[in-house]
Amino acid sequence: MNDSSVVRPATEQRTLCWTPALRQQLAAFVVRGYPHETCGLLLGRPSGATGDNTATDIVRLTHAANLNAERARDRYELDPADFLRGDREAAAAGLEIAGIWHSHPDHPARPSRTDLEAAWEGYSYVIVSVSRDGVQEVRSWRLAGGRFEEERIEERLDERLAEQPDERLDERLDERNDASRQPAPGPVARRATETRTTP
Amino acid sequence: MSDTNHAASVTIRIPAPLRAFTGGAGEVAARAGTVGEAVRALGEVHAGLLERILDSDGELRSFVNVFVGERNVRALEGLDSPLADGTVISIIPAVAGGAP
Repeated sequence: MNDSSVVRPATEQRTLCWTPALRQQLAAFVVRGYPHETCGLLLGRPSGATGDNTATDIVRLTHAANLNAERARDRYELDPADFLRGDREAAAAGLEIAGIWHSHPDHPARPSRTDLEAAWEGYSYVIVSVSRDGVQEVRSWRLAGGRFEEERIEERLDERLAEQPDERLDERLDERNDASRQPAPGPVARRATETRTTP
Repeated sequence: MSDTNHAASVTIRIPAPLRAFTGGAGEVAARAGTVGEAVRALGEVHAGLLERILDSDGELRSFVNVFVGERNVRALEGLDSPLADGTVISIIPAVAGGAP
């Protein structure tokens, strides 16, 4: 496959901003899902109060079911019911669905031809490369003119980005994942970034 | 449909990729008796939007889902699904992809 037919140099400098804690939460999701692909939504808002539409603040993640069970290692199909829940959750919090995240198990964090064929303009597509050794790379892309352009990811501690990771999400994820591989959730909600051990 | 004359007041939620057609609006109000009527009413007001949702045969495109409340219209009566006052219709882009 010719990579330049999927990716091209950025024609516009764009930035996706989030906190280190949110990135860690994302890393925990994809590591837990490995070797399967995992996916979800990025909830956020434009960074600038007045007209800066070249930067997006991501303040919350959702985790969605992958409906493609047959090829769960290298394909994802985000459950539209989870998209709807994300939309409701975003609206209730004064946010919007700003993008999609998904993992590439044992592959680089570059968009594939498959990603391109299904992509929509107007979203950030965060791709996380993950191997058995953990997260290798996190990059973000946007569709523009029929190809993906990379956008910068900026991690920062900023008041407007400060929203605690949704700990209930962690419990819902436990219910959804293979029960045999997961300890039952304890009585106290765990931090999303907490390292887990398999019994 | 048994009651196609009844027009309900509904809200249609527009996803970010389609907001270029609605002047940036994330919600559009409409009066319609069925999902199909609502989508076509949306298309009349916002040029270019209808063909993103329906194919040339007037059927729902495969990479778009439409929900009435919490239900996917593909599990209901499709574009003939009836609407009640206050219903929220959500247009949802199919999101998919994968590693090479």
